[in-house]
Amino acid sequence: MSPRTKTLRKVLSPPIIKGFNPYGSEAGKPPAEPVLLMLEEYEALRLCDYDGFNQLQASVMMGVSRPTFTRIYAAALQKIARAFVEGRRLSIKGGKVYFDSDWFYCHSCKCYFNNPDKDKKLEQCPLCGKSDFVPFDSEPAGEGTGKRRCDSVNKNTGDQSLSLSVNENCDNINR
Amino acid sequence: MKIAITSTGNTLESLIDSSFGRCSWFVIYDTENKAMEFLPNPFKEAAEASGSSAVQLLVQKKVNKIVAGDFGMKIKPMLDSLRIQMIVVKDPQLQINQIIELLNH
Repeated sequence: MSPRTKTLRKVLSPPIIKGFNPYGSEAGKPPAEPVLLMLEEYEALRLCDYDGFNQLQASVMMGVSRPTFTRIYAAALQKIARAFVEGRRLSIKGGKVYFDSDWFYCHSCKCYFNNPDKDKKLEQCPLCGKSDFVPFDSEPAGEGTGKRRCDSVNKNTGDQSLSLSVNENCDNINR
Repeated sequence: MKIAITSTGNTLESLIDSSFGRCSWFVIYDTENKAMEFLPNPFKEAAEASGSSAVQLLVQKKVNKIVAGDFGMKIKPMLDSLRIQMIVVKDPQLQINQIIELLNH
């Protein structure tokens, strides 16, 4: 029997770098083989340690279960530790992920569109060329980044009780 | 830049198709030389995976943007990863030539 296929993990945006190089190695050249950190592991590390979400919140944001998230996170830590200790290069690529993008609504031609390239800011509507557009959220979003993040997460999860509890947690963070 | 538009027919007066994977025709419009290509959708009657097959077809055609009435749940993350821009037009009365006029802004 073949194993169950992995669910797609949502990554907010790709990392700004491709990896890391070690320097000042005592043993001369570092081992040629880099440690491959997958994009989902990078995202897990970013959500947990950089943005400071707990694992349950982060798992909902990535669209995976909490135990799966813990596994991804543990793999990330193990790989980074291995790169540090063995003095290997760290290369961030691969993994079963998709990127989320922001949506906009144009008042002039009444269309919705997304911005696939986060690095570039949209100047005009791709359809009519006017700049009469606003960011679009299918649910009215609350104030504060934490709450908004959770709101956008809720759209993607069928489990209402889980998203509800996450939302409450986010409220606490905002206060 | 190439833009794909979903269409209900193969004329300029045809209306935009409200679905992406099971639309009748694709219009591939090249903004540089104003060329238009009408492509019948081979996956219209497909039992499953019509959307992802249609995406593959349009990727082969090197399309950068897609204009459609709506996109399915599976298609949005796929196009996000491929960096293809989605434009959702909710007005079903819009004709292909009107959309091309808008695109020429």
